[in-house]
Amino acid sequence: MSARSEPGELDIAGRVVELVARLAGAGAQAEVVVTRADLALTRFANSAIHQNVAESAVEVRLRVHADGRTAGGGGSAVTADGLRALVERVLAAARHTRPDPAWPGLTPPVPAPTSTGWDAATAYAGPDERAIMVRAFVDAAGGLETAGYCRTAFREAAFANSAGHAAQGRTAEAAMDGIARAGGADGTARHCVDRLADLDGAGLGQRAAAKARAAVDPVELAPGRYPVVLEPAAVADLLQNLSWYGFNGKRYVERQSFAEPGLAQLDPAVTLVDDPLGAAGLPFDLEGTPTRALTLVDAGTTTAVAHDRRSAAGVGAESTGHASVDSPTFGPIPRNLRLVPAGTAGAAGTAGATGAGPAGATGPTGMSGPTATGAGRAALAGAVADPDTAALVSRVQRGLLVSDLWYTRVLDPKSLVITGLTRNGLWLVEEGQVTRAVRDLRFTESYPRALAPGAVLEVGRRAVRQPDRTDGVWWEAPSLRLASWNFTGGASG
Amino acid sequence: MSEFDAAGAAVQAALDAGARYADARVMHRRYESMSARNGEVEALTQDESVGLGVRALVGSSWGFHAVPELSDRAARDAGQRAARTATASGLVPGPPVDLVPSPPAIASWSSPCEVDPLGVSLATKGDLLVTATGAMVDHGADLAEGLYQVWDTAKWFVSSEGHRIDQHIRECGGGISATSIGDGETQRRSWPSYRGQYGTTGWELVDSLDLTAHAARIAEESRALLTAPLCPAGETDLILGGEQLALQIHESVGHAIELDRILGWEAAFAGTSWLDLAQLGSLRYGSELMNITIDPTIPGALGSFGYDDEGSPAVKRDAVRAGRWVGVLAGRDSATVAGLDYGGSVRADGWARLPMVRMTNVGLEPGPHTLEEIVAATDNGVLMDVNRSWSIDDKRLNFQFGCEIGWEIRNGRRGRMLRNPTYTGIGPLFWRSMDMLSSEVVSWGTPNCGKGQPGQVGHTGHPAAPARFRNVRVGVRA
Repeated sequence: MSARSEPGELDIAGRVVELVARLAGAGAQAEVVVTRADLALTRFANSAIHQNVAESAVEVRLRVHADGRTAGGGGSAVTADGLRALVERVLAAARHTRPDPAWPGLTPPVPAPTSTGWDAATAYAGPDERAIMVRAFVDAAGGLETAGYCRTAFREAAFANSAGHAAQGRTAEAAMDGIARAGGADGTARHCVDRLADLDGAGLGQRAAAKARAAVDPVELAPGRYPVVLEPAAVADLLQNLSWYGFNGKRYVERQSFAEPGLAQLDPAVTLVDDPLGAAGLPFDLEGTPTRALTLVDAGTTTAVAHDRRSAAGVGAESTGHASVDSPTFGPIPRNLRLVPAGTAGAAGTAGATGAGPAGATGPTGMSGPTATGAGRAALAGAVADPDTAALVSRVQRGLLVSDLWYTRVLDPKSLVITGLTRNGLWLVEEGQVTRAVRDLRFTESYPRALAPGAVLEVGRRAVRQPDRTDGVWWEAPSLRLASWNFTGGASG
Repeated sequence: MSEFDAAGAAVQAALDAGARYADARVMHRRYESMSARNGEVEALTQDESVGLGVRALVGSSWGFHAVPELSDRAARDAGQRAARTATASGLVPGPPVDLVPSPPAIASWSSPCEVDPLGVSLATKGDLLVTATGAMVDHGADLAEGLYQVWDTAKWFVSSEGHRIDQHIRECGGGISATSIGDGETQRRSWPSYRGQYGTTGWELVDSLDLTAHAARIAEESRALLTAPLCPAGETDLILGGEQLALQIHESVGHAIELDRILGWEAAFAGTSWLDLAQLGSLRYGSELMNITIDPTIPGALGSFGYDDEGSPAVKRDAVRAGRWVGVLAGRDSATVAGLDYGGSVRADGWARLPMVRMTNVGLEPGPHTLEEIVAATDNGVLMDVNRSWSIDDKRLNFQFGCEIGWEIRNGRRGRMLRNPTYTGIGPLFWRSMDMLSSEVVSWGTPNCGKGQPGQVGHTGHPAAPARFRNVRVGVRA
């Protein structure tokens, strides 16, 4: 990856806007996003790199509204012929589709924040650098079998529309997600950062290995309701599902969401902020709306849902900068959601206060070595990964420590009842100590109910940014202690 | 420069850079989708993407690079980069890699298509969705949604072993859904399934679904479900409709027999499998009625092709025969690790993605009964149909599914409608309890199978028919 000689993204976007005006007349409205991306992912399994991929991609996305009709499309060609073909195709589609009376109009010219903090070394990282990170993870696992990935992502994007609005930005990200395996038990560690240099492959490998070793010889536990401590990876699943189905403006407009701004729906300990610029994110969305921090829940009270221009128009609101390729159909969703840690002043703009440092830097904590508890039980070493989680665990009389949630699916979107399983480590906590590993359990739980007033006993003080399956999307959370979680099935069904 | 030339240049560049094997795919994909909501077109999208992906094997390490250009310079650069990436993979090396033989075919293949789905006018397609969603609103739906999708993919494959294959695969399908919204929950009914039925076929598939004819019924059912009694909790006999059984096959058989999962290659993400290769050929997976094939040759099914993305020809194989596990979904490299002599189930989601083991058409052969006979033979049970939620553990054992609708079965008759029907179980125990299977097989298409990192969306087919399972736990809820 090197400096490019091709036309810049803003230049291409401007050319497409001009083409639309030339071919469809000045009355046609057009918005264009041009994105170049260098995405690379080095994947390992059985402690060896088995898949190692890189992609140089370019995409031009165009949406037009002409003669009261709307159509959109995308293409990978940035030649003059390719751009003209895209414009002609989308204009033809608009001519032949039905009227769109709910067209919300284009984003007017507004100042957009500039990209800050993107790291060139991450953007241009090569396969050797990712392989070295993998090597560190594998070596730190002390001979345990390992699997996972190290990825780097770089995107340059520009926006232009026929209302005269333009914006551009760059973003880079690195992430590592891995497991170590011991006797049929897995332990996990993952982290998402702005700079590849801030990933600690060895620390993550050490943490995953410690958790795997602590997860061997699990016992089967009867399903039922248990108090839980959810580690950041598990909390990330809550944040994702709340974003997709709860704080989704389209679903709110359709009355399919539990979210009701103005109501105290969650525990006062819960403050949720979507903060795309809390990391090196793009400063605008697919409609050119500037991105900004958006407080969705403030001390338990729902304050907002995410909107693109269309869903916002449906309720007389303003776009919150959450337009995406999928937002016209699935709805606009927060993609950079943070559960604000305890002890953090204020809600929005708290990125610097979360202590979201490298997850692997701490490694296994002072929970190491069997120790006698008040009940005479031996504490299990390695299960608890950091002092913050250890503090939450210490206040559980009898409950479960959950590392990760898996394959969560919605039974009903409005009540947000979800089923899924624990994965990568589940432990019994007795009298404040982790005492034994437990076989994975299935749960069926309403997420808003699990976080309802009185249900959140404690929010940790140190947030860790968890990578999503898609680069640029992340979920940042500390550990969380909840009064009850509904486990509905064990390993035997 | 032709597509074959570009692929060939990439392969040659990878060899020149030290690869001992390389292959390349040029893909040109056009995608169109339209969605409607409450009698209005909601979104219309037409995408077109062209690019090249090249895979290189250096020593025993793989590398892959993809570019959105087909120039000679871009192709050669991609080949070199793939080889360089493979060399970097060698920094954390694995065991030796070999490929099972695949005759170097020079061939062309196209999927069957009577009516080009991209040739049908947007007005005709829009009218269909607007009419169907409007009818659902008229019959009580709070939210009426309709969708169709079309993929038109041309691809050219070249390998350093001499493969030179071009294929043209057209896929399309669609469906409608009605949602009624109550105070605390929603109820949804879909036809023929949520987000629709799909195949490697032309627009004739969408015509055959007759979406508008089912609009009123599903809208009324969604409304009625809001006040229907809850599915009872407990163990009972369970009859599944074919659409739900298709997803049951997908999740608890299809993914479990993927060889990359069995070998641990997906351990950190998609997961592994409860299956142990030492038991291939002897393990009792299900009852004697359970005959499951891996068959990419089924005309019109969504997982059909002429050749997979490693150049292996489409071949029908047994996965489960008379309840015994006998076959896997494999690729050329994973097969050698497992000591097998066949691949044939490797595909990539577009030019920018690495080919990997994917389901083709994995489904049941017909049984001896009909749904009517199964209901008549059931004294006490629940019939469930059309999937609403799905979840299964990382070894593909512990599952829980929710369906859109259930009916009480009493004394051989279908009784009251039941809301929020769910069932849960352990894969092999569940399949061993199947004691009646219908002959009414439909090849259901699943266009949203996620796997891989970076993520890939696979299109798979699942022949399935209604069936009965004994003593299944139903009615799980929060």
